[in-house]
Amino acid sequence: MIYRRGQKVLVQGITGKQGSFWAEKMMECGTEVVGGVNPKRAREVYLGVPIFSSAVEAARHVKCDVSVIFIPPALAKDAIIDAIDAGVGTIVTLTEHIPSHDVLEIFARLRSSNSRIVGPNTAGIVTPGEGFVGIMPGHNPNVFKPGSVGVISRSGSLGTLMCLNLTRAGHGQSAFIGIGGDPIIGTTSLDALMALDRDERTTSVVLVGEIGGSMEEAAAEYARSMRKPVCAFIAGRSSPPDKKMGHAGAIVSGGQGGYGPKRAALERAGVRVADTPMEIAAFLSELNAREYAQVARK
Amino acid sequence: MNLEEFAAKLNVLKPAGVPIPEGVVCSTPKEASDAVARIGPSVVKAQVPTGKRGKSGGIKLANTPDEAATAARAIIGMSIAGHSVGRVLVEQQCAIARELYAAVLTDVGSRSPMVLFSTEGGMDIEEVAENKPAAIRRHVVDLSRGFGAADAAALIKGLDLGPAADAIADVLVRLYRIFSTKDAELVEINPLAVLKDGRVVALDCKFVLDDASAARQPELAKVASPPRMTALESRGAEHGLKFIQLDGNVGVLANGAGLTMTTMDVIDHCGGRPANFLEIGGEAYTKAEVALDLVLSNPGVKSLVINFCGAFARTDVMADGVVRAWKKLRPKVPVFFTIHGTGEDEAVKLVRDELGFEPYDLMEDAVKAAVEAAR
Repeated sequence: MIYRRGQKVLVQGITGKQGSFWAEKMMECGTEVVGGVNPKRAREVYLGVPIFSSAVEAARHVKCDVSVIFIPPALAKDAIIDAIDAGVGTIVTLTEHIPSHDVLEIFARLRSSNSRIVGPNTAGIVTPGEGFVGIMPGHNPNVFKPGSVGVISRSGSLGTLMCLNLTRAGHGQSAFIGIGGDPIIGTTSLDALMALDRDERTTSVVLVGEIGGSMEEAAAEYARSMRKPVCAFIAGRSSPPDKKMGHAGAIVSGGQGGYGPKRAALERAGVRVADTPMEIAAFLSELNAREYAQVARK
Repeated sequence: MNLEEFAAKLNVLKPAGVPIPEGVVCSTPKEASDAVARIGPSVVKAQVPTGKRGKSGGIKLANTPDEAATAARAIIGMSIAGHSVGRVLVEQQCAIARELYAAVLTDVGSRSPMVLFSTEGGMDIEEVAENKPAAIRRHVVDLSRGFGAADAAALIKGLDLGPAADAIADVLVRLYRIFSTKDAELVEINPLAVLKDGRVVALDCKFVLDDASAARQPELAKVASPPRMTALESRGAEHGLKFIQLDGNVGVLANGAGLTMTTMDVIDHCGGRPANFLEIGGEAYTKAEVALDLVLSNPGVKSLVINFCGAFARTDVMADGVVRAWKKLRPKVPVFFTIHGTGEDEAVKLVRDELGFEPYDLMEDAVKAAVEAAR
């Protein structure tokens, strides 16, 4: 779920309006796009890369480490299962509003494979200076800058704001992992936290959470055992209960998924929780200052 | 999308062969008394897409046609959890020996369907889960195997259900079939009753249809209760915009759910009160003009924060929509912009040149100014 230069990317739905726009942006940014999928335009060359009839067919001709799904909800299940059958390692699923029974079917198929899904309803993954996969402004140097902070976010827009704030305060990022705003997603906060904990280039982690579900609570349990500092912002503190706040996953109902328990779980685990997104950059600056002082004392 | 009890019983349980009591949907006291004259002593139940009907006085017994008319008169028109009651279900009384609980739902943790059964029926399952967690049996369904008679029998094994066990297992299998073929998020029978004569009957039913599947379940979507919306919220829905009206005074227009929630949170943090949730995320970023119109139609709005952080959504396109709406509506409320990301330079220039507003660099500063202006 961390993009690295050299990973080969397949774009399912590359000929669509958004697929073309973002495939070009990814290429500009250094992402190695090796092909696209559109059954009706197989054997054509588009944006300089070959189009295949399916991911399975693509995998017979080119190496595909990552596939990105620019496919509308009704057809997304077949496209994702095609990518699983093709043996693609990471399937970045941008599609929102995939019927929940299709999602269940996708995850049932995933269990007997070696693939991983990021999303659905993710804005993608970015490694500043190396490339990105998805619909994040990975190409915008005001937003993303290479560095050592790992960022995990359920939301693309808020994740963008967070990285922008970090960059302006001089905190470059080792990786951005957009996990998606749906209730059922393939890569959870916990999964992303574990990956950043193992990542050599990451020295601290920013967890951008939301009300709804219990992912932040699960991540907090793990954060307790981490040696890298973690700080967090949880969106939705002021949202009314029993209303879906845009994301299907962001709903507080029957007392489940509320802001209070998430914040408490994180704080109990030693995670510093910010009241506003701007505070996060200040937390990181404090951490750096403390580290600098320690080094200076030695 | 929720189905009311009668809609769930008639459109979901009955066609799937799950036994239900005889009942009639009535919208007048006369219809209710006629129903009791025909089917005998009944229960008169308010039809609203929410629980807690009994505690609110929305369920009454009627042994005679006159009592049915009285009960219907009392219940129709009452308000339960904000839903006004338009209809009652008049349903034959049953001699209950035992109340049980059965449900199938989407389990987020296992990313699978889950079948639930409990002998503690008739009360809130959340309460049972809290006080007697051992009283709930759970079965995570492997989709490649499904959920059959043997699985149902294993789930209720050892629960001392007597001769009703087979009928209960049969209901569980049918309930799973409903869940998997009807795009349900949840199908729940509470209580599932064992009657004194040994029959097993669904006395209530809750069915939640997955919103994203409405197009492939048109019959169920048609009978689902429309969500309760304010006039402005319905107008938003007509334009494909997710708008939630709140009782604050600082209007919010932002892109993306996460950023919108956060803008509301920062308003709250700075001592203000957000007037709405409205995100123009995904393809909706082209709808800034309509969106702003909606926000400004709320008379509670005394100032406005416009917070754009463009990734997929282009801030220049959103700013263009805002400029158009602003010129058309000429609102009197003060507006505070903060704009970053995709198309930022063009967007800032547009807002500056066309409207004469200087966007704030920091979101917190824009919000503080808006909160101050709304006081």
